[in-house]
Amino acid sequence: MNYRELLRKYGIFVVLMILIIFFSVASENFLNANNLLIIARQVSMLGIAAVGMCFVLLLGGIDLSIGSQITLVNIVAAWLMVNGKVSPLLASLAAIALSTSIGFINGFIIAKIKMPPIIVTLSTMTMVEGIAYIICGGQPIFGFPKSFSVIGQGYIGIIPIPVIVMVIIMSLGAVILNLTYFGRYFYAVGGNEEAANLSGINVVHVKYLVYTLSGLFAGIAGIVLLSRTNSGQVLSGKGFEFDALTACVLGGVSVNGGYGKISNVVAGILILGVLSNGMVLLNASQYTQMVIKGAVLLFAVGFDTIQRLRQSKA
Amino acid sequence: MFLQLNNITKVYPGVVALNNVTLHVNKGEVHALVGENGAGKSTLIKTCTGAVIPDSGSIVIDGKEFKSMTPKLAEQHGIAVIYQEFNLVGELSVAENIFLGRAIRKGILVDKKAMVNESRKIFRQLGVDIDPNKLVSSLTVGYQQLVEIAKAISQNAKILIMDEPSAPLTKAEAEHMYQLVYRLKEQGVTIIYISHRMEEIFKLSDRVTVMRDGNIVKTMNTSDTNVDELVKLMVGRELKETYPAREACVSDETILEVRNLSGNGLKDISFKVRKGEVLGFGGLIGSGRTELAELLFGVKPKTGGQIIFKGREIAPRTPQEAIDLGIALVPEDRKRQGALLEIDIKGNISMPILRRISRLFIVNRKREVKIANEYKESIRIKTPSLTQKVKNLSGGNQQKVIIAKWLASNADLIILDEPTRGIDVGAKYEIYTLINSLVKNGKTVLMISSEMPELIGMSDRIIVLSEGRITGSLNKGEFDQEVIMSMASISKGKE
Repeated sequence: MNYRELLRKYGIFVVLMILIIFFSVASENFLNANNLLIIARQVSMLGIAAVGMCFVLLLGGIDLSIGSQITLVNIVAAWLMVNGKVSPLLASLAAIALSTSIGFINGFIIAKIKMPPIIVTLSTMTMVEGIAYIICGGQPIFGFPKSFSVIGQGYIGIIPIPVIVMVIIMSLGAVILNLTYFGRYFYAVGGNEEAANLSGINVVHVKYLVYTLSGLFAGIAGIVLLSRTNSGQVLSGKGFEFDALTACVLGGVSVNGGYGKISNVVAGILILGVLSNGMVLLNASQYTQMVIKGAVLLFAVGFDTIQRLRQSKA
Repeated sequence: MFLQLNNITKVYPGVVALNNVTLHVNKGEVHALVGENGAGKSTLIKTCTGAVIPDSGSIVIDGKEFKSMTPKLAEQHGIAVIYQEFNLVGELSVAENIFLGRAIRKGILVDKKAMVNESRKIFRQLGVDIDPNKLVSSLTVGYQQLVEIAKAISQNAKILIMDEPSAPLTKAEAEHMYQLVYRLKEQGVTIIYISHRMEEIFKLSDRVTVMRDGNIVKTMNTSDTNVDELVKLMVGRELKETYPAREACVSDETILEVRNLSGNGLKDISFKVRKGEVLGFGGLIGSGRTELAELLFGVKPKTGGQIIFKGREIAPRTPQEAIDLGIALVPEDRKRQGALLEIDIKGNISMPILRRISRLFIVNRKREVKIANEYKESIRIKTPSLTQKVKNLSGGNQQKVIIAKWLASNADLIILDEPTRGIDVGAKYEIYTLINSLVKNGKTVLMISSEMPELIGMSDRIIVLSEGRITGSLNKGEFDQEVIMSMASISKGKE
């Protein structure tokens, strides 16, 4: 393997290292265990949701409803605990079950009616957000039992629990993609749906599964987020789908389907985390952060595209 | 010399695709380019069009020298290519495709009427009957090819490169195309003609160049050579007879019986197949052969009739159900329907049986490798590694991978739809040998083929379809090219 191939394969990790070195030099508060754990905790919800997005992208689809689902999970779980006096565990499970069902509905419409995923999930995104507003009337819901905050704010040793949840979900994602037979189906369907069908893969079922899993992971991310913020708000999940998409694309997941790895998505997520943390330490404004985030995405994907073109032509 | 390729070298990591290749083409000649898949023909062509930049060497067109081409330059100098894969936009009309990128305009608006009229003129010149208003996606592969040729001609191509143009065509369509090649030659167009079909090389070309392993082996006048010599030069060894002999494997047991089957454009199809038989299906493109395969394999539903397989009536609704019953399909379009190009060899072979070799959802990867290796050895898939992506294999090896996956799934009935399309001579022979060993091992083969010699050479029995109906059935002693052709052209439909 020459250096160019290495760069193509691990380029995303190189970008991550460069960012880390840059911020370490630029700010003395960046490179220490405490701050790194803060970064990990900040990105944990994103990491969980990105696994679902990664699966969906592998199929050549997209799930724009992830952010709205996180909002709905926040509002529903909060409403159940505060207004319904339901136990935190039950409320969480009910909310996750709800987002999982929404994921299934996405998959059902996409696979059975064969509507384009971007339209289907755009519609459910809008509907789900509306439902969240209706439930809470636009007002924040708070005052949860103390035990609920453990998921989002607790630690095991020095490791924050959200980070542990993220590691578990991402490992699960990697196991599904690398070891299970249905994970292989994701690549086959995303790479060539017709050939996959003619190889005996039930393409419709694969789509159900993938969108359902995306809903499930969005639900788990939503509960962790709610527990961390301690307040159910209508804006809580706003923009999550695009951050998840950014992380996946940074990690080299093909938006045309058929190609992508969880390990690289981890790098994509860490890049986003390091960027926003580092820029806060450097007192960059939120708007500057947006500009930089977009530029990094454009640069990273542009770099990847150029490498690919070179490879196919050279 | 009208077109000169001088000392072209192109090296890919691990492969020398072109090794100091020099090819001179005279003005107005039909120059055939032959060689096995992977010999470097396509790469050479791509250097003429700018799709591939050579590492060294030069290209001279009509006295002007270039270090490398760009697609734009190639077009300006009258080079047009008809690739194996078409460059047509399915959702645009035939006329719009022909004038793609250079639409006839009236002010700022596109003058559709003029484009349709121009297209009609071109088609009249070609002697083909295509409605320019039709969407390209509604045409069969054969007609799409003709649109592609029409497009090149409308661009006043001076050098027309045809990459296996007859591969997807029926005999009648191919005949049209040959006439067209003669006509273009008369008009002074220079043609580089790539083909695996020997008869058309001798029919059409003035000179022929043989390539092997990235080198030019020899260029000679076509009239000074013969099929045997060409094949020998191409493969670098002597080939045995074109169709390997097969001991009789047909048993008395009927494995598949189809009664009055209809649906998917088919009407009242009835036939029986015995275990160990190779049943050939002849007919024109669109005659219903592929459609029949789709019904048997559960891709499309039947609307009437019965399918009795291994003594039981079946009605597969999905390919998965058909596979579980022991039916397999090697589809017509290898790249679009058959192979999972971005997935490695072992992943392709194991795809239909992944679930069977999994426990608690986890794939038993040791078994997967073992199975893949077994078939790689037994049917001789040429590859350094099972983790090679299938897109990096030659056509013949891709086809072997697809057949291997069905052997791994233990299918009893294997439907082969155009099993050797676009595959070179040496690999064809291996596919035929493979078919023989299938029936020898008790499998049954339904073989759809548009190549008449192959159909006659390989089948135990031939059924001919036309317009969705069976129009004839021949036993081994009765095979005759002309009889089959006339059966294939029987028309019962109302116009």
